[in-house]
Amino acid sequence: MSLEDVENIKKRIENFKKTLMELTEAPGAQVTAEHKIREMSAEVVDSNPYSRLMALQRMGIVKNYEDIRKYTVVVVGVGGVGSVTAEMLTRCGIGKLVLFDYDKVELANMNRLFYQPSQAGLSKVTAASMTLSKINPDVKIETYNTNITLTTHFEEFLTVLKTGGINGDRVDLVLSCVDNYEARMTINTACNELGLNWFESGVSENAVCGHIQYIVPGESACFACAPPLVVASDIDEKTLKKDGVCAASLPTTMGVVAGLLVQNALKKLLGFGTVSWYLGYNALTDFFPSMMIKPNPNCSDNFCLKQQSEFKNMVKEEPEFTNVDLIEDIVTHESNEWGITLAEDQPTASNNTSELVESIKTVNVNQNNSIKSDEEYLSLNDGLEFAYPSADQTAPNEENLVKETELNVDDLREQLSLL
Amino acid sequence: MENTKKALSSIPLLKTKAGPRDVDLWPQRLKEEYQSLIQYVQNNKAADNDWFRLESNKEGTKWFGKCWVFQNQLKYEFDIEFDIPVTFPATAPEIALPELDGKTAKMYRGGKICLSDHFKPLWARNVPKFGISHALALGLGPWLAVEIPELIQKGVVKYKEKEDN
Repeated sequence: MSLEDVENIKKRIENFKKTLMELTEAPGAQVTAEHKIREMSAEVVDSNPYSRLMALQRMGIVKNYEDIRKYTVVVVGVGGVGSVTAEMLTRCGIGKLVLFDYDKVELANMNRLFYQPSQAGLSKVTAASMTLSKINPDVKIETYNTNITLTTHFEEFLTVLKTGGINGDRVDLVLSCVDNYEARMTINTACNELGLNWFESGVSENAVCGHIQYIVPGESACFACAPPLVVASDIDEKTLKKDGVCAASLPTTMGVVAGLLVQNALKKLLGFGTVSWYLGYNALTDFFPSMMIKPNPNCSDNFCLKQQSEFKNMVKEEPEFTNVDLIEDIVTHESNEWGITLAEDQPTASNNTSELVESIKTVNVNQNNSIKSDEEYLSLNDGLEFAYPSADQTAPNEENLVKETELNVDDLREQLSLL
Repeated sequence: MENTKKALSSIPLLKTKAGPRDVDLWPQRLKEEYQSLIQYVQNNKAADNDWFRLESNKEGTKWFGKCWVFQNQLKYEFDIEFDIPVTFPATAPEIALPELDGKTAKMYRGGKICLSDHFKPLWARNVPKFGISHALALGLGPWLAVEIPELIQKGVVKYKEKEDN
């Protein structure tokens, strides 16, 4: 039996399980799953699922809530954080959700939210899409039961990001809800190449810390610019017992992180409030450290460097991209009866807006160049630390390196197999 | 621990920073991976500590082989498999022992071994110098040394008579 046959059989089993689940569920469970709307109603009636969301508009928080239907969000990893994230976006009436995961639902997941014991054995994306489409049938849901870190699936992942939007355009936002460094770096690689904004999220293996991080390629640090930034839990690693377990998890920490993640995603998509660049959560002390990390001019990802230079050019060409609020604060006095002048450290021609714009531009453009050393680049706000050290740049001794060889790859492969 | 350190320092380091998507440089990196592995296996044999065999597909993206542990003069053998991730060598390969999946908590889905807190920082500091040999020496080796005796003791892993064939 070929690998392909095995794959096909696996798919068929998955489909049978799904059908069985649908058939065996309580008959009442499917009643609500029928509304397909043309537009979101703001009418305040018990039967309108969007009345409380449209109220955000009436209250002046959001300018046009219905914009949410135009957006496509990709959720990579639908585990403890990702599944709750997907549910929140579904209930908010997001236009389209694309889910990536290659894991199955297990009973060991039941300490977290969203999945039910009866779904054990189903792939997470299938189980999630079944539940989500019942909660809100207006949301388009697309699922991929694949591991994006594999070379065989990465191109597909890129294609989905480029063309997975509602009208076949690029997706609007990627939310990383994965539990490992490899997958985060994969999302980072893809988003740097495509210049796509994304949020990273994470919960520590001891379940008491979490964070979200907004990454705009070129404008903020990418995930490869610095080692992963995590919340310092102030627990001594040596006293942390890891015998017989890989990771602990709590539904509370994961719920908090999913809430912070979707809140910031909504702020970004619907244009209200301020989006946090990095927001940490330490559950032990209820401490929420935050900071902005600038891109590393020596980042190891070439696409990040390319995005950085594109961002610099954009700031040069479009001064309004810089801090416009500052400019509006300038008061130009009609007359100066008392001959009052500003002290030296003020921008010289403070009534000349264009010059000030020029100076702000320079500050922004030169931000990165002012970083002299790695230590300076890596200085962090209180309560935050790097998960790993940076790569050691010192060149190893020549004698410790592999030697030049005349042999080709096939020769070497054979040599290894003959050992 | 001393043995690990010694074994590690005699594995040749790699020069080329390239992953499988880098069509121009990947063949060179792959050559270095093979060279490093050949040397590591030879070192192990010389030290009477031969403990694995590995081979890859033509593209060098999928690796498979065997590793073994001796306990009370009995040889316990396990299949190894792993893929080279898209972001390699910035991220290490995730080594899996599929037949032990579900038998120990020190594993992630698909039988991927749960590496110690020391592995990832060490790998991160040594990008791109560390390769597959280093992942085996620092990741799989210590994992087997700690986990297998415990799994044997618990009766989860049993000796198979014809394992050598």
